[in-house]
Amino acid sequence: MIGRVLFAALLCGIAAGLLMSAVQAWKVTPLIIAAEAFEGAEPAEHSHADTAAQTETGDAHTHDHGDAWAPEDGFERTAFTVMSNVVAGVAFSMLLTGAIMVLGLKVSLGHGVMLGVAGFAAVSLAPAAGLSPELPGMPAAELLDRQVWWWGTVAATAAGIGLIALVANPLAKAAGVFVVALPHLIGAPQPEAHASAVPAYLASQFAANSLATAAVFWIVLGALLGGALARLQEKTHEA
Amino acid sequence: MFNSSTAGISTRSLQDRMAIGAIALLLGTFLVLGIGFAHSATIHNAAHDTRHALTFPCH
Repeated sequence: MIGRVLFAALLCGIAAGLLMSAVQAWKVTPLIIAAEAFEGAEPAEHSHADTAAQTETGDAHTHDHGDAWAPEDGFERTAFTVMSNVVAGVAFSMLLTGAIMVLGLKVSLGHGVMLGVAGFAAVSLAPAAGLSPELPGMPAAELLDRQVWWWGTVAATAAGIGLIALVANPLAKAAGVFVVALPHLIGAPQPEAHASAVPAYLASQFAANSLATAAVFWIVLGALLGGALARLQEKTHEA
Repeated sequence: MFNSSTAGISTRSLQDRMAIGAIALLLGTFLVLGIGFAHSATIHNAAHDTRHALTFPCH
């Protein structure tokens, strides 16, 4: 049983990751590549063009990965992106499955879609409300500060949605609303200046398209997972 | 709507559910850390477009 549930989660994650790759290649990656042209105009801080050398940077924490290996633009880069999308798909599929199992949530295609929407809100939408989806070359605050805020926001939003959706007590629902709002009351770490060589039309298109891509990914993942686990459950009952 | 059902998943033994849930959560967290947050430059560059598309903090 354990193996079957995890296997279903694995397959759903792979499928959602593959589908996301198609949407991303169409609507998101061209914008990232267009922005990198402007990034290249700046002092080489994150250049992909001249990074063929296989040398690892000794101190990865400076995040100056100008010398590190990077996939070649074109097929190789696309292949690595598809692969990491699939890994991300499996990762989030496992997290949703974990939530379903631990909380004992209902499973069906419809419930899966709702869970997918909740995942999108917690992992993509809420963090993006503080840290706008960021193109290469755009200024941003210290990476670690943003990562800490990102995790805090994801955890708070997920917990808040859980309180609102799962607990009948109105006080718990009110607490859920507060927990969802809290990271935004604290505020996301912001860069000192927002000036950037990346044109505004690219940035706004990227913000909209990356969130839309994430929404497609989450809803498809939730639907697949809800449908698959429901089927598995029927089979178990028949057996 | 999200409430636990009396039938279905929750009829499975609680131990079973918790075991599957714990494995799935651990595995998922580990993979998210790897794909979205590992500071290794090589992993960063390989997963670069995924990080940007899923709005992970990057760079």
